[in-house]
Amino acid sequence: MNTFNRRRVLKGMLGGSAVGVGLPLLNLFLNGNGNALADGSPMPVRFGTWVWGLGMNDAIFTPKKVGANFDLPEEIQSLAPVQKHINLFTRFNTFKDAAPLMCHHTGWVILRTGMAPTVTQVRPGETIDVTIAKKIGNATRFQTLSATSTGDVRDSYSYESANSVNAPEFSPIRFYQNMFGADYQDPNAAEFKPNPRAMVRKSVLSGVVDETNALMKRAGSEDKERLDQYFTSLRDLEKQFDLQLTRPAPLEACVRVGEVRGEPSAGLDTVKVGERHKVMTKLMAMAVACDQTRVFNMAYAGETAATTKAGYEKPHHTATHEEPTDPKLGYQIEVSWFTRRAMENWAEFVATFAGVKEGDGTLLDNCLIYAMSDISYAKIHSLDNIPMFTAGRAGGKIKTGLHIQGNGEAGTRLGYTMMKVLGLDIPSWGTLSNTTSKEVGEILV
Amino acid sequence: MKPVFRSAQLFRTAASAACLLLGAVLASCSGAEPVAEPKGAELAAVPAGIEASSPAQRRLITEQQYLNTVANIFGKDIEVIAQFAPMQRTDGLLALGASKAGVPSGELQKFQRAARQVAAQVVDNGNLELRLASHRDALMPCKPAAADKADAACAAMFLRSTGRLLYRRPLSDARLAQMVDQAGKSAVQLGDFYAGIATVIEGMLISPEVLFIEDRTEPDPEHPGRRRLDAYSYASRLSFFLWNAAPDDRVLKAAESGELDTAKGRARVVDMMIASPRLEGGVRGFFDDMLGFDSFANLAKDPSAYPSETGATLADAREQTLRTIYDHLVTKKLDYRDLFTTRTTFMSPTLGTIYRVPAKPGWTEYQFPEGSPRVGLLTQVSFLAQHAHPARSSPTRRGKALRELLLCQPVPLPPPNVDFSALENPKAEHRTQRDRVNFHLQNPVCAGCHKITDPIGLALENFDGAGIYRRSERGVDIDASGALDGKGFTDIAGLSLAVRNHPSLPGCLVRRVYSYGTGAAVDARDKPLVDFLTAEFGRHGYRFPDLMRAIVLSPVFYDVTPPAPAEQKSAAASN
Repeated sequence: MNTFNRRRVLKGMLGGSAVGVGLPLLNLFLNGNGNALADGSPMPVRFGTWVWGLGMNDAIFTPKKVGANFDLPEEIQSLAPVQKHINLFTRFNTFKDAAPLMCHHTGWVILRTGMAPTVTQVRPGETIDVTIAKKIGNATRFQTLSATSTGDVRDSYSYESANSVNAPEFSPIRFYQNMFGADYQDPNAAEFKPNPRAMVRKSVLSGVVDETNALMKRAGSEDKERLDQYFTSLRDLEKQFDLQLTRPAPLEACVRVGEVRGEPSAGLDTVKVGERHKVMTKLMAMAVACDQTRVFNMAYAGETAATTKAGYEKPHHTATHEEPTDPKLGYQIEVSWFTRRAMENWAEFVATFAGVKEGDGTLLDNCLIYAMSDISYAKIHSLDNIPMFTAGRAGGKIKTGLHIQGNGEAGTRLGYTMMKVLGLDIPSWGTLSNTTSKEVGEILV
Repeated sequence: MKPVFRSAQLFRTAASAACLLLGAVLASCSGAEPVAEPKGAELAAVPAGIEASSPAQRRLITEQQYLNTVANIFGKDIEVIAQFAPMQRTDGLLALGASKAGVPSGELQKFQRAARQVAAQVVDNGNLELRLASHRDALMPCKPAAADKADAACAAMFLRSTGRLLYRRPLSDARLAQMVDQAGKSAVQLGDFYAGIATVIEGMLISPEVLFIEDRTEPDPEHPGRRRLDAYSYASRLSFFLWNAAPDDRVLKAAESGELDTAKGRARVVDMMIASPRLEGGVRGFFDDMLGFDSFANLAKDPSAYPSETGATLADAREQTLRTIYDHLVTKKLDYRDLFTTRTTFMSPTLGTIYRVPAKPGWTEYQFPEGSPRVGLLTQVSFLAQHAHPARSSPTRRGKALRELLLCQPVPLPPPNVDFSALENPKAEHRTQRDRVNFHLQNPVCAGCHKITDPIGLALENFDGAGIYRRSERGVDIDASGALDGKGFTDIAGLSLAVRNHPSLPGCLVRRVYSYGTGAAVDARDKPLVDFLTAEFGRHGYRFPDLMRAIVLSPVFYDVTPPAPAEQKSAAASN
């Protein structure tokens, strides 16, 4: 893959004309080695997730070779340009134990929470991105940011608790306005002017805090939890206002994007989903580069992916169950077509982050991105061997370019490893058969 | 109003109750149809022997309730671009998820952004060049002595009245004083009286008192030892149910005066609210939820299969059904069941291309002729397109939707590890959906559920995945015959009639309206009252406004069970 430079990435971003490309920033913001900020603090490490639907076909997805320089079977050939940035994890399992199999729900819930959901259609508890955000996401405007390319606000894989979803953004215009609109403080602006409204907004919150305290006193036990959460959110809002009053540290990788004026077409046609994914990915990458968040989620597909292919009557999910396996090729041709498109989008996601220069490396080098699907072989709703990826080097703590096989061990090992790498002091993660205290050592530097 | 309760009615109630039992969802309930009383008669008051209370809740305001409330208080021209987190659908309704939903950090930020949009518009000074009127002049009852300075008297006048409407009860003197003080300080800091006011409005709009609709309780003087909603909470419950918006000045005045504490007073206020044009917001809100119309947010059809069915078509399809429902149930006060056989609807030019009928600009009432296959809600594009694939119809989805949405009969999820090979490689002779779906019925694992859904879904096969009529599929005439719980039919008109006459249809509606209003799922304790209301609903001709009226005036709407107490130490205090 060609190396992206920042200018090139941004020039192509959002249709080119709508993007303002700033002058390249000098390394004066970094220390002499280009691996830390000028004040000596390390480059922040960010955590992201990416989800695609309906798994894969093992025969044409799983590389034969384990370790470095693994082969790329036809379903993942599109990953060639980013192979050096990613790790692929196969032959890891998820265990539902005595819980019922909730088809396209159980697998991703286990991989993102460590536990199998036990009741039909109940939302999961705290997901891994939220757990990690509590550790690394407190210094930015947004503790987490979630987006989806499906155009459906219901397609979320990020939960604070069973009753509190982090709803994803799907509108590029809204996403832009929230990130780079009136409240945006450009870290590289020559002048810094604190927003006087931020100060008065903060002072108004004191009255709201008083109201919350009064409500707490008469709340029942269930409601008290919700009000506790509200109170925490209020404090986060207060921090946001504080950030607007504080000059942000300069960030080389950050270049404010131009205003987004158009919305991609609605619908789940693969081409449209790809267009939305492209623009949301680029906005997300710049939101991360500009340190608006350090934890981010992107859903390429919703649970039970319903992506469609023009001229083919079955959506992706329906095709996994109804399309015949081609007797010569040994797999479902149309289903594989959908998976290949998903992998192309995953490659683009990784490449976009790798295309933003940061320090002596790239933004991706300072990220750890976790990608997973909801199922393995969708035709039979298999929970065994759900494929997973990581991308990025987590600030030098993770090796990349490896294919790791789990030999049937818990897929939660990867989530546990990532949390440890990102500084969470946890002895284990998961419940019942998904419990693990064993890191995937092969990827650790 | 005297309670009316007879032994025959008891019998009917029991029969109806059996139909409500979910465990027997698929059993045919063929109880005798209640004898309808003259149109316009009120449903009987709930007899003393039937007691019910609902849990005191704290419901998170929904996006539509927020938007309606802002429009009602500040004007319909206040624009809010917001996308709040969706509620979790529970027992068939998103509204029930509001009782559990929390506000994580990202969500509060969204509320704050929406609040800023609202506040900025409320105090804007208009634009002469763009011929935009000044909102501040229209909304504020006073002008400050100087626009660039604080003015406590003017601020207090505006914040007192606005706060009462947003908080749905009067602000305490102490809280009002705090707000006035904040507005004053902000005005000084920003050099702008109106900017100071805007800052306080922003704070109000993210207040937990505004975002959470709290049921506050008080001892019930008529039932010692029990608790009821206080008058303001009752006003809010009424208003969010009937209007899908916060109570207005008149309803709050009724709470203030004690009128809502008496049966006579409650009846007067409810009648006033039902007569209000705002009822449309409430009725639309309920049916939008019950029919699962949130799925329209991302519904799209494959343009290569259905080039004429665009996003605008689907938006109009949703609107068509809501207009049909409101017109039928409220404007014309007709029998709820006849929604499934009515040929009257509304047409837009966009929909005219799908229905293949001429249509005038805008929305106009339209009558399908006798003999037309368009009979009732099931044959409207909203139902047909919503419950289909992007490029083809789906008898299974349509059958499942009919069972779950309209008859309250949950269809089990597919079992794990199903061998789908029977569905593969459809043979050349399988040219219709009926042929293909029959595969489901050959596999005993699949057949258990597909027997519930597919036969009724196949009756809608004369409509493709876009809801466009077709006589045949791949050259084969479509067979739309089938049976619904023992009632056979030969075409879609027959299915519509079978649904119209299905004994579970009215009970399902009552159940949904009841839990939508109370914010809690119906359980065994509610059964006697739900059964009573169902029987009364039938006895009075299935008039929907009468049902709404009976529910809000029934004890369940104001007798409440307080939540379990929590430890008094709050997170805030410990922080």
